[in-house]
Amino acid sequence: MEFGEIVSVLLQGAIVTIEIVAMALPLAVLMAFSFGLIRLYAPAPFKQIAIAYIEFFRGTSALIQLYWIYFVLPFFGITIDAMTAAVVALGLNIGAYGTEVVRGAIQSVPKGQYEASIALNFTASQRLWRIIMPQALVNMIPPFGNLAIELVKATSLVSLITIGDLTFKAKMLADTTLQVGEIFGVVLLFYFVMAQFLVFFIRRLETHLSKGLGRGGLHS
Amino acid sequence: MNGFHWDWAFTWEVLPMILSAAKVTLLATLLGSIFAIVMGLVFALLRRNNSRILRISTYWVVEFIRSTPLLVQIFFLYYVMPEFGISMSPLATGVFALGLHYGAYLSEVFRSGIDGIEKGQWEAARALNLTIFDTYKDIVLPQAIRPMIPATGNYIIAMFKETPQLSAITLLEMLQMAKIIGSENFRYLEPFTLVGILYLVFSLLAAYGIHQVERRFPKEGFSLK
Repeated sequence: MEFGEIVSVLLQGAIVTIEIVAMALPLAVLMAFSFGLIRLYAPAPFKQIAIAYIEFFRGTSALIQLYWIYFVLPFFGITIDAMTAAVVALGLNIGAYGTEVVRGAIQSVPKGQYEASIALNFTASQRLWRIIMPQALVNMIPPFGNLAIELVKATSLVSLITIGDLTFKAKMLADTTLQVGEIFGVVLLFYFVMAQFLVFFIRRLETHLSKGLGRGGLHS
Repeated sequence: MNGFHWDWAFTWEVLPMILSAAKVTLLATLLGSIFAIVMGLVFALLRRNNSRILRISTYWVVEFIRSTPLLVQIFFLYYVMPEFGISMSPLATGVFALGLHYGAYLSEVFRSGIDGIEKGQWEAARALNLTIFDTYKDIVLPQAIRPMIPATGNYIIAMFKETPQLSAITLLEMLQMAKIIGSENFRYLEPFTLVGILYLVFSLLAAYGIHQVERRFPKEGFSLK
């Protein structure tokens, strides 16, 4: 097979990979914020539920979660297509790690900021959304960036439930053409480029969000 | 679809098979950890090398390994290495892939651990005319190990949770066993759930074990002997 053809087939797979990331990432962020905040501030039963979710998804393997959702849920009468199973499994998995990022970032905001906002008579929600969160967000960006890269890497697992992502196309091409060296080399490069793109984007976002927060000392 | 009740008889029947496959999972993790620690040290020391070219190329190798998926690396090693005349069994490939992947992560842990040692310690070692080997063995590593333990432990647990990916190159570990049992009996509920629970139990036990190891290292001044 011509090298150009291989690359064009792999590009189709890369688009599927990007689609999965684009859907799973918002789900992961949603889970991270909701369960991170529940874990910090909600009353007892809700807090226990959040802890159970976090420990379950962090303590078991992503591939097993994916298989469980894809193969076992149909026995409960819930049949979902492979794509939905992939997005749900990866979103919930990365989201569980994200809850700890949210919690850590909120807790790392200096205590004086809470005290000052109480002294200024802000309501609880004003304290959280106007004082604490803007500062916590900046702390969250680097670890969330790492998780986003973890997500891109984890999407390769969906090839094992027969979704035609980048890894799946590579395996398929390798089985038919036997040009394994070129194929897997190109695939590794593709993933590397995607990860570096995320790194670049995250750095931009971090600079953007930390504007006006007076970090790194006074500027003139 | 045969409804979904949990079948206890079936559970007890398949549990021994899954537990026997757990040995392969644990073996892969153990050998993978040893290889990863060695690779991590090699990468970390290369990053501290005097040669600028070596430092920069190691940085990009580590960065490349860290930002590409383990599954693709496993496939790469399993399918591409034979082209170079190196054929490895699924277990050897798995250990090699896990070791290389997590070695890249561990190198950062080791590097920051070594960088955390005060400059005065290096200077004192040099003043005492110790060789570079003895400086690492007697001065630097004994102090650097304790702060490295928690992060190293986390990565070993993470590695353990990625071993199911080795089922993709037909290594008969827990997940592969569960898949075989599932497809033979058309029941995936019990085998997959058992594997999930076993992973959870092993992860929690490992986390506890690492905490105990950490406690055995006093905060200051102990010797490797």
